[in-house]
Amino acid sequence: MEGEGLEVVEVSMKVNGKPVKAKVPARMLLVHFLRDVLGLTGTHVGCDTSNCGACTVIMNGKAVKSCTVFAFMADGAEILTIEGLAQNGKLHPIQEAFWENHGLQCGFCTPGMIMTLYDFLNRNPEPTEEEVRRAIEGNLCRCTGYVNIVRSALAAAEKMRAVGRWVKGGA
Amino acid sequence: MYPASFKVFVPKSLDEALELLAKYGEEAKVLAGGHSLIPLMRLRLVKPKYVIYIGKIPGLSYIREEGGVIRIGAMTTHNEIEESQLLKEKNPLLSETASHIGDLQVRNMGTIGGSLAHADPAADYPAALTALEADVVLKSAKGERVLKVSDFIQGPYLTDLRPDELLVEVRVPVLSGAFGTSYKKLYFRAGDFAIVGVAALVELSPEGSFKRVRVALTGVGEKPVRARGVEEELEGKEASEEAIAKAAERAKEGLNPPSDIRASSEYRREMSVVLTRRALIEALRRARERLKSQ
Amino acid sequence: MARERRYIGKRIKRKEDPRLITGKGLYVDDIHLPGMVYAAFLRPPYAHARIKSIDTSKAEKIPGVIGVFTGEYFKDKVAPLTTAWALTNADLKPVKWPVVAYDKVRFTGDIVAVVVAEDPYTAYDALEAIEVEYEPLPVVVDVEEAVKPGAPQLHDEAPGNIAFKWTFRGGRDFDEVAKEADIIVKKRFINQRLIPSAMETRAAVASYNPATGELTVWVTSQNPHVHRLIMASVLGIPEHKLRVIAPDVGGGFGSKIPVYPGEVIVARLAMDLGRPVKWVETRRENFLGTIHGRDHVDYVEVAAKKNGEVLGVRVRTLANLGAYISTAAPGVPTILFGLMLSGPYKIKSVDVEVKGVLTNTTPVDAYRGAGRPEATYILERMMDIVARRLGMDPADVRRVNLIEKAPYTAVTGLTYDSGRYLEVFEKALKIAEYYKWREVQSEERRKGRLIGIGISSYIEMCGLAPSRIARATGFGLGLWESVLVRVHPTGKVSVYTGSHPHGQGEETSFAQIVAEELGIPIEDVEIVHGDTAQTPFGMGTYGSRTTPVGGAAVYRAVAKIKEKARKIAAALLEAREEDIEFSEGKFYVKGHPEKSVTFQDVALAAYTADKLPPDVEPGLEAIAFYDPENFTFPYGTHIAVVEVDPETFKVKILRYVAVDDAGVIINPLLAEGQVHGGVVQGIAQALYEYAVYDENGNLLTAGFNDYMIPTALDVPNIESYFEETPAPHNPLGAKGIGETGTIAATPAVVNAVLDALAHLGIEHIDMPLTPYRIWKALKEAGLLEKLKAGGE
Repeated sequence: MEGEGLEVVEVSMKVNGKPVKAKVPARMLLVHFLRDVLGLTGTHVGCDTSNCGACTVIMNGKAVKSCTVFAFMADGAEILTIEGLAQNGKLHPIQEAFWENHGLQCGFCTPGMIMTLYDFLNRNPEPTEEEVRRAIEGNLCRCTGYVNIVRSALAAAEKMRAVGRWVKGGA
Repeated sequence: MYPASFKVFVPKSLDEALELLAKYGEEAKVLAGGHSLIPLMRLRLVKPKYVIYIGKIPGLSYIREEGGVIRIGAMTTHNEIEESQLLKEKNPLLSETASHIGDLQVRNMGTIGGSLAHADPAADYPAALTALEADVVLKSAKGERVLKVSDFIQGPYLTDLRPDELLVEVRVPVLSGAFGTSYKKLYFRAGDFAIVGVAALVELSPEGSFKRVRVALTGVGEKPVRARGVEEELEGKEASEEAIAKAAERAKEGLNPPSDIRASSEYRREMSVVLTRRALIEALRRARERLKSQ
Repeated sequence: MARERRYIGKRIKRKEDPRLITGKGLYVDDIHLPGMVYAAFLRPPYAHARIKSIDTSKAEKIPGVIGVFTGEYFKDKVAPLTTAWALTNADLKPVKWPVVAYDKVRFTGDIVAVVVAEDPYTAYDALEAIEVEYEPLPVVVDVEEAVKPGAPQLHDEAPGNIAFKWTFRGGRDFDEVAKEADIIVKKRFINQRLIPSAMETRAAVASYNPATGELTVWVTSQNPHVHRLIMASVLGIPEHKLRVIAPDVGGGFGSKIPVYPGEVIVARLAMDLGRPVKWVETRRENFLGTIHGRDHVDYVEVAAKKNGEVLGVRVRTLANLGAYISTAAPGVPTILFGLMLSGPYKIKSVDVEVKGVLTNTTPVDAYRGAGRPEATYILERMMDIVARRLGMDPADVRRVNLIEKAPYTAVTGLTYDSGRYLEVFEKALKIAEYYKWREVQSEERRKGRLIGIGISSYIEMCGLAPSRIARATGFGLGLWESVLVRVHPTGKVSVYTGSHPHGQGEETSFAQIVAEELGIPIEDVEIVHGDTAQTPFGMGTYGSRTTPVGGAAVYRAVAKIKEKARKIAAALLEAREEDIEFSEGKFYVKGHPEKSVTFQDVALAAYTADKLPPDVEPGLEAIAFYDPENFTFPYGTHIAVVEVDPETFKVKILRYVAVDDAGVIINPLLAEGQVHGGVVQGIAQALYEYAVYDENGNLLTAGFNDYMIPTALDVPNIESYFEETPAPHNPLGAKGIGETGTIAATPAVVNAVLDALAHLGIEHIDMPLTPYRIWKALKEAGLLEKLKAGGE
């Protein structure tokens, strides 16, 4: 037991395959840890009520809103952010699909959208349009009307089926 | 936004957690998946001096059948409940309800224990757990208490949880016989809390009459409400949609739902009837399917 | 053009995407400078109060706090903000907005104190430690209350809370045409307050170099040059010493046009503290402090004949401006609204009077569509109501009224440039299977299903704007657009535009124009925007102006490049200039295609400069300022088919068809994206969103949990079709597509819902049509029982 409790905690985790370790305030949110401590600014903050999903990252294989996780809760976890999705300069099929189908406009919600779909498409490789819409109900977009995001997701699913890349967890 | 400062404990065992609660419980908040607590902390609506994070305690996340009931560990996420084969077979009401909570990310992190301890009056679980007459298990260094969910939740954001106690387990029955369940939720925008949520359980006798009916509502009062009038009206009667439609009118008996910017109390009362009917009709249809296949 | 186009009109995927899909975009919050400190703003708990005292001592003692600054600190250092649209002939009052309040607060988004700290967490700790004593004052949030005698007064400069009164009369006198009418329909419509809600909140980072006197401000702006001009003025620093950079901007929808206190405050503090200062708005602050949109009460009278012909429209509007007059606010409910009140119709009389009203609410300014959705809503609702009263099909009423051909001078004095209004209307009906749905509707109604079909035909003025007109209305600047096209020695091209796309995709569509015209690969073209140190003075991106105005400037500049390049090519080919032809990126001698030089050869020669004709200077670049000679007038027809749950009254959109004519489409992929997003924002107004204040001026919908922007599950697929009638006065033939969806969709959906309920005898319900609000309206009209009885 840590006596009176800790105001500063040491956390170590794997982020995009790389081990990282840092001492951070207990109150630091995971999203601030990623952005401000690690400089991974691809993960965005879009609200303060856990609604918008712009901060979505993959934690231990599952999409989470990193604004609603304290950094210390991710101690020992494997984190995948948008920066870690492309491998050796090759875009992930979801990224490709967003590009080809004009699945983004201002781009602010996009990393969160992509990470949510990463989790979802790993679990459901053959989704219907309705299922895709349900999967991203926690990711708000103000530009696209979701039409091309849904299209991108369905196209990504097809690409992922073709290359057999819907293995859970990791990149 | 940015939460206020706090000190955190990360106990590695249940005993350690209970010891911490005994010592700091009055000034501490228990943190599980964080999806009820952290939003409040971020807006600085809650500023605990201590946070006890129970996510590193092994053995608090499970769904297993034991002694005729299904035991669900407090740290089990909504997503695990939604996807549990055991629940889908033996208590589909809970997994269906879980699938209506928040959104995919919220379900990945949010836990059944955290949700219940938070006791949001429009949360989804309480309706199902009340209809199921489920129990919660509360532990402290002094011992254990088992309460009905309907007794545990006392009001909006108010439970019988004592400062030194931890909610460790939820127990729901193994459903058997010709049963059917349904959770119907009325929301104005996807992902929101319920305007009205209705959980229904129907069990048919071999002859096809209502053997057991359970209906509970969320979002329409300070705590989840059992629609006992509806249950009484139907139990023992021959099962039919007409009977349901008539009985569902009684769902609004004694209800005094809140008014807010989304909807008035009266609208919620009226919708309680509509959703009760729809949930019961779906539960009946599912019960009949089960009856046919048995 | 004879030859096949390689880029224009093609579905080219975006050049901006690779950085944005890999997390390598650069938004203001991503900027981190050495020694940077963080500002946070204290906002008041009262919507109207006198500040009696502020005690910052406890906050200042918190470790990590660098300073706490109040209104007294800024009062004499920074000038207050004023509007940039000094509406003429409207008795506009000189309302001032201090960047930090020092005597009174007038809405809950005002700023009372500023904390600067080493990290944001500490800054927010310090906010809680500031003690302010307020004397609460009476509050008014409702426009109809605010104009009553005895209402709480916001500004001494604006007695009766009236900021301006604007009137416009076009065509014949309304009372006169009313005499010829068979019916007069009177309605009171509420166009509810919306909150733009770009996914990126606003933010600013400022850095000052005392040695050079240069101040650099990164800010979420749709118009960095306008930001620079206004900020230089209020900060009292020379314009050339201020550099404004708007990097990647995460959506704007109008909310990032105005200059706000936040960016001015951090700029001033960066100068005073000698350290870079960052401020990122929280979402709650965005709801409270960033502009809102719409918010009208419209009293409407329409005069029509039995055959459905609408003769005249009279509108009396109270437009809520909020607590201060924001940058472009006066023009929105007046010029952009009143002049659109004859729509695509042959209406003979428009009579409009608008009072801009100050209340203790967030300032209201341009939100996507800005004035035009409000006008279109009035007309399209009225077309349906007229149809209902006359027992006509709403499609027939529109057929009677739609303009047959363009150019057409409307009663408002606007000259609609080009369009096939009826043809596009009929096309929309056909695609949406309008008459089939009418059959389905009556069949299903018998079974208790409530299906409704809604039409919305719109026209909008965009491509803002001819400068002489903009100036005549009191706008602070011209509304031309600029570009500098620079061809490098290798033939690669950099384009420095005064536009500032923030999601619309002009890094791609402008590159398409350049690549098409110069016959070079699109990969060889880079569009640079958003940095006042790099780009010529320009007006920015809003009002669907970027393609028709900014794009036209690009086209013009490229034409100048080609002209000079032709001269150089002639010299290289030792031919006469008039014998040089240009095609597919090659200059050749007429009749001798083998005698050619490539565009790249010419570019190099421009820089080696040894073979230039005597009258040609070295280098190859051109600047163009394009001032449109007219507005552009996109138009179209949208059709929504909805189903209303007869018990809960939840609305589901079964089908949504948009047929838009925005002139020549540069990139259909991007244009469709604009329609999709615009339509969903329009649907959002119809069904979901409204800002709600309580009587004390507290915003009850100050987060995405309570302000209902729709999710993917709440909206349908959108079918987008284009017709392309070129704008004759525009070099590209383009009209602009950024706002059409938002303008058209709202009345289409509302009309559809009211159509579904038509047989019950209810004519109108104010937006948003949430299940509860529909239920309430039916209940109050005593119609719920009628519905249960089958609607007969």
